[in-house]
Amino acid sequence: MEETIAVRGLVVDRGGRRVLHGIDAGVPRGSVTGLLGPSGSGKTTLMRAIVGVQVITAGTVTVLGAPAGSAQLRHRVGYLTQAPSVYADLTVRENVRYFAALQGRGRAEADQAVRDVGLASAAGQLVATLSGGQRSRASLACALVGEPELIVLDEPTVGQDPVLRADLWAQFHALAATGTTLLVSSHVMDEAARCDRLLLIREGRLIADDTPAAIRAAAGVDDLDEAFLRLIRAGEAGGGGPDGGGGGA
Amino acid sequence: MNLRILLVTVGRILRQLRHDRRTITLLLVVPTALLTLVYYMYVDQPTPPGQPSTFDQVALVMLGFFPFTVMFLVTSIAMLRERTSGTLERLLTTPLAKADLLFGYGIAFGLAGAVQAGVASAVAYWVFGLETAGSSGLVIMIAALNAVLAVALGLLCSAFARTEFQAVQFMPVVVAPQLLLCGLFVPRDQMAGWLQAISDALPLTYAVEALQEVGAHVEPTATMWRDVAIVAGAAVLALLLAAATLRRRSS
Repeated sequence: MEETIAVRGLVVDRGGRRVLHGIDAGVPRGSVTGLLGPSGSGKTTLMRAIVGVQVITAGTVTVLGAPAGSAQLRHRVGYLTQAPSVYADLTVRENVRYFAALQGRGRAEADQAVRDVGLASAAGQLVATLSGGQRSRASLACALVGEPELIVLDEPTVGQDPVLRADLWAQFHALAATGTTLLVSSHVMDEAARCDRLLLIREGRLIADDTPAAIRAAAGVDDLDEAFLRLIRAGEAGGGGPDGGGGGA
Repeated sequence: MNLRILLVTVGRILRQLRHDRRTITLLLVVPTALLTLVYYMYVDQPTPPGQPSTFDQVALVMLGFFPFTVMFLVTSIAMLRERTSGTLERLLTTPLAKADLLFGYGIAFGLAGAVQAGVASAVAYWVFGLETAGSSGLVIMIAALNAVLAVALGLLCSAFARTEFQAVQFMPVVVAPQLLLCGLFVPRDQMAGWLQAISDALPLTYAVEALQEVGAHVEPTATMWRDVAIVAGAAVLALLLAAATLRRRSS
């Protein structure tokens, strides 16, 4: 299958510490790929490298056939940062219209993106007055607008109502069905089952890159949480894994 | 750069300002309040014959100074907010060019500075009887140019500030020496040579000189136009340096 993202030997150091230790991974086109791992495992750093805002130490990141962060990718990639990055002193509509305009899109598309994230009734509200969940949906609308070919979402569903979370995942799959590639990070395992493929990252190393079914089969258990635990244990037994716990994903 | 993206960015920054009514009120009222103070400080001071009154001299420089100080602070904070809120990181993954963002701030806050200078000038001329030989339009033009210069310096300094505390500390660093050495307190030709040399290197010196030229001459002088060109050049230089210090990738 055609790869939208190809990561080869990616090493990243931040603040004098090695955060990613030589990651090799691929994300196929038109899929929803989950990037799973505990807090501090390097998920955000990997996503920053993919959208091209991270200084990398070694390796290559190729996105849609071009080096990550190159100018031609800037209207083809949508990025949702972990903390909602919208202007608190603008309304939801004004925020989304601004980011739509940067992508050369009009008001109708911006207003549609606001509806898609379920914020139509709050469109005229200042972002500063929204709840945390609404604020991150406003930020999500800004990432979805403009029909990017690759959408990189850093924990998009944190703090969302379960019904809304299901709606958002349905939307992600609908987008993937039209050929859009989505990379979605999460530290909640129940979201892993909703993905077409999974990348499991722990302490800056990739410990699994497969479909949920294959990961379950390899570990010999049905529960993904348990499957990951077994993969981690197997990796550590296999040869001097790094110390420390905190692996509860 | 892309004209459409530049214009939507100017619009976005002005819209943010528009939602902040209290800031708009402060921007417009504070200069008038301070001019009132200065007026009553000097109202009973004798004026030597044949010279402009002390109020006229001080008020003229103040008209250029308000937009400079205020826009420097506003810009430093606005840019720091872009960094800390993550909007800057997101913007840098979009087709927006660094210059679109920086010139967007220059134009938006330059306009805000022009409005501030316009209101303060109207009060100075009509309420307090400020007299200048040259046109009030030139005074406002120079004051607006000061605002653009301040925005450019604010954008440049914000690259070196990691926290709000640091950003605010750049205000005295950048503004105070320029105010002290611009020739308002001690005429420049009476300063020690090394102070004059520093004064020569500070852009606000030329803005103040340009304002004084408008105060003393009916027609715009060659010196005034030279000074205006120097201030504009300093603003563009600071914007380009700010663009050079803004990195799409960070560690």
